[in-house]
Amino acid sequence: MSCSEGSGSCGCGGDKSKPDSAETPVDRYIKSGSAPVKPAPAQAHAIQRFGNWFKNQVIADMRITRVRVLSQTFFFLLFLFFVIVTDLRYLKGYPVSLFLEINPLVGFATAITTTTVYKGLILCTLLLIPTFVLGRFFCNWICPYGTLHQLTGWLFGRRDDQARIESNRFQKLQQLKYVFLIMMIVAACFGSLQIGLLDPICLFHRSMSTAVLPALNEIFPDTVYVKQYYHVGAWAIGLMLLFFVGMNVIIPRFFCRVVCPLGAFLGVASRFSLWRIERDPNKCIDCDACLKNCQGASDPHTQLRKSECFACMECIEDCPVDALSFKFMPNRDHEITAPPITGRRVAMASLFGAAGYAVTRSSGASDKNFSKKVIRPPGSMKEDQFLERCIKCDQCIRVCPTNVLQPTLMEAGLEGIWTPILNMKISYCELNCTLCGQVCPTGAIQRISIEEKTGIGEHTEQGPVKIGTAFYDRGRCLPWAMETPCVVCEEVCPTSPKAIFSREVTITKRDGNPITLRRPYVDPSRCIGCGICEHECPVKDHAAIRVTAIGETRSTERGLLMDGGDPTNIRDLVKKQR
Amino acid sequence: MSKPEIELDPKEMSRRDFVQQALLTGFVSLGSLGAAAALWRREHVVPGFEDKAGIQLPSFRPDVAKFLPDLSVAHSLNRSTAIRAAVDQLGGMERFIKHGDVVMIKPNIAFDRPPALCATTHPDALRTTAQLCFEAGAKEVFVADNPINSPASCFLKSGLEAVADELNLKLLYPEQRAFATIEMDGEILRHWPFFNRPFQQANKVIGLSPCKDHNLCHASMTMKNWYGLLGGRRNQFHQHIHSIISDFALMIEPTLVILDGMDVLVSNGPTGGRLSDVKPVNTVVAGTDMVAVDSYGFTNLLGRDVEKLEYLHKAHARGLGNMNWKDLKLKEVEA
Repeated sequence: MSCSEGSGSCGCGGDKSKPDSAETPVDRYIKSGSAPVKPAPAQAHAIQRFGNWFKNQVIADMRITRVRVLSQTFFFLLFLFFVIVTDLRYLKGYPVSLFLEINPLVGFATAITTTTVYKGLILCTLLLIPTFVLGRFFCNWICPYGTLHQLTGWLFGRRDDQARIESNRFQKLQQLKYVFLIMMIVAACFGSLQIGLLDPICLFHRSMSTAVLPALNEIFPDTVYVKQYYHVGAWAIGLMLLFFVGMNVIIPRFFCRVVCPLGAFLGVASRFSLWRIERDPNKCIDCDACLKNCQGASDPHTQLRKSECFACMECIEDCPVDALSFKFMPNRDHEITAPPITGRRVAMASLFGAAGYAVTRSSGASDKNFSKKVIRPPGSMKEDQFLERCIKCDQCIRVCPTNVLQPTLMEAGLEGIWTPILNMKISYCELNCTLCGQVCPTGAIQRISIEEKTGIGEHTEQGPVKIGTAFYDRGRCLPWAMETPCVVCEEVCPTSPKAIFSREVTITKRDGNPITLRRPYVDPSRCIGCGICEHECPVKDHAAIRVTAIGETRSTERGLLMDGGDPTNIRDLVKKQR
Repeated sequence: MSKPEIELDPKEMSRRDFVQQALLTGFVSLGSLGAAAALWRREHVVPGFEDKAGIQLPSFRPDVAKFLPDLSVAHSLNRSTAIRAAVDQLGGMERFIKHGDVVMIKPNIAFDRPPALCATTHPDALRTTAQLCFEAGAKEVFVADNPINSPASCFLKSGLEAVADELNLKLLYPEQRAFATIEMDGEILRHWPFFNRPFQQANKVIGLSPCKDHNLCHASMTMKNWYGLLGGRRNQFHQHIHSIISDFALMIEPTLVILDGMDVLVSNGPTGGRLSDVKPVNTVVAGTDMVAVDSYGFTNLLGRDVEKLEYLHKAHARGLGNMNWKDLKLKEVEA
């Protein structure tokens, strides 16, 4: 179609290729002096056709919205690529948490809670500063979650032009995202980081790691994982994704317009921007065609709501009279600069944020009433600092090679929802592995080395990082309670010397015959809480040895042994036994 | 475009509609009846006690050789030299691998450990063995194991993945669909999930195991190595560990087993964890009878009393091998 529109300038005429095709292979042989290579005709034809198509449809007709779609496609695929390679088999040092690191809300909120900007989070300025100048372009040019919603909304949404125009008018409901943002920022001021609940990048990463990929592997076994991964409460995260996708049918880009706290943050940041969509009222014929594809519902047909505009440029394309442009230094009277939320609502949201923090923290789930199940990944900060940093992106859960990391539901309190804990029933923590800390963008799990984790080399003095301690339930243990040999726990214990040791005893069985078996014990000074004993225990449903959070080295309040035991004595003891 | 005259709304269904609808109802009714009848089962089962069946492995043993030894021992400071010497004494890899064979090498990569800690098969051992197979004309070499720790970690950190990449060996992950139930008449093992995928193509099997101390069964050598071919609830094995390990000799009759005793894990087995758990012994044992190889290994590599190793006695008593290695044709060499 564009070929006729292009009126010759597109250069798709077959004439240009004629001189080449007139040349016979023999001519070419004479010219080049090399043997005639017979090109596969069909293939050459296809390449030529693709070349023509590319020239005509893509290059010659390159509109700004097409450039945008290319950009969205690129970043969406890049995001998926990072999600896929966040796996020990493919992880080759790719910056898999890049989208989280360039996320200004993550950078800003963690800067509030910790007064520091952790490692790669400095990259968030790469996005923040252009937003100051160009507005909220991230939402429609980069954000993979926004692309998902635009795509699904386009696929399943309305087809009728008039209905689309009506659905793309600004709605007061859109102020809700500012309420969420303010509540989260105020909670962050008190040290509770909640942005990850709704931040689109965290949400998308979390949904992919805990719901989408395991679900895919359920349907197509042996594709994503070597062994099926399970995630506790993944249904909640999966349903949340489906809900936001489904809502696009009712309100296009519902998540982006109404819920997204990152969008709200960028909306606030874009108030200084020097470029924006500008309507020329002298040209405008008030047809509202600009609303047909408007992504942000920012009212380009009247005074533009600057904080809502995604700079998708669709309105410029759709305007039949060229009344719209992306303009440098436009008239400020033609815009609504401030976000659509009143001061009273801001005050209310702040109050809610503070109150929300206070009631959840005073429930004591991260303090006095901490759960024995909150076994944090090795290298985690102590619990209150962990809650200052964890954005619930669940990258650690994605990269964990054993599937031991699980999103919490209520174990760590309402504040800690979807933060990572270890579930030894599902798996165990690999001794020579610190991948969770490598991918953590905020340092909730610090980027510790294997040497620091296992306490070897120059870290021998401080000893290994402990995440909990194992305890026997002798009423369930086969050698202790059931006259049956076992000690799988001792076999798999990865420390050296083993934290689990056994003593040989000869007992008289019920039938009067003697049996010699080994009964296991835990040496708490050696145990690091990795949980492989619990995972491998044959008493599957409720293991006879279980790890609880006590004894973790990250906090003194949750420690167990006063001095951590004296390893040198034990080493000698073990040598003597052998 | 002439419109038909407007008729008054008839009160009843037309005959045509009735016939159509009746036929449709008939088809659907018959269809559902037929489907229900086809799917009908009148018997019940007792869950967990259903009849079980499974695959069986063929024997991979080489033909009996009249003059060649069944057991060979090589001492050397170099792992590769030692393995080559040990295999050479048995008559060379050509005795075991013929041109065009597909070989499955079963290393022990049960744990996520670097090679130096000696809890896993050493990458040099795999390299040499695979090279020997290719030199003898093997078409393809599979490497497969179902580790206790996470497979990706174990394959990567044991260094075997790098060797597989280097020599173009086929590394098989213990994926869900790689398993099938195996059937045997073992002392304990009857039906069990088995890592069957490599055996669908391989016609030769080589066990390549390190020599390790073991907390429960005293030693993990070439017999215990086959543990890694099983899936399912392996943590129940420890209740009858010696019977189970002797059952492995029934389960599989390998072409060749190689016991790599260059560095022996002498304490804190089977996981090890410190260099002080490892002792250099600089010996490689190879043979066609894994009971004999393990018996030799337990005595001479780990330096322990073979009387205590119950699974060898069980396997010997059941005629699955000969633990009296001194009775066998044995060749020993300093390479």
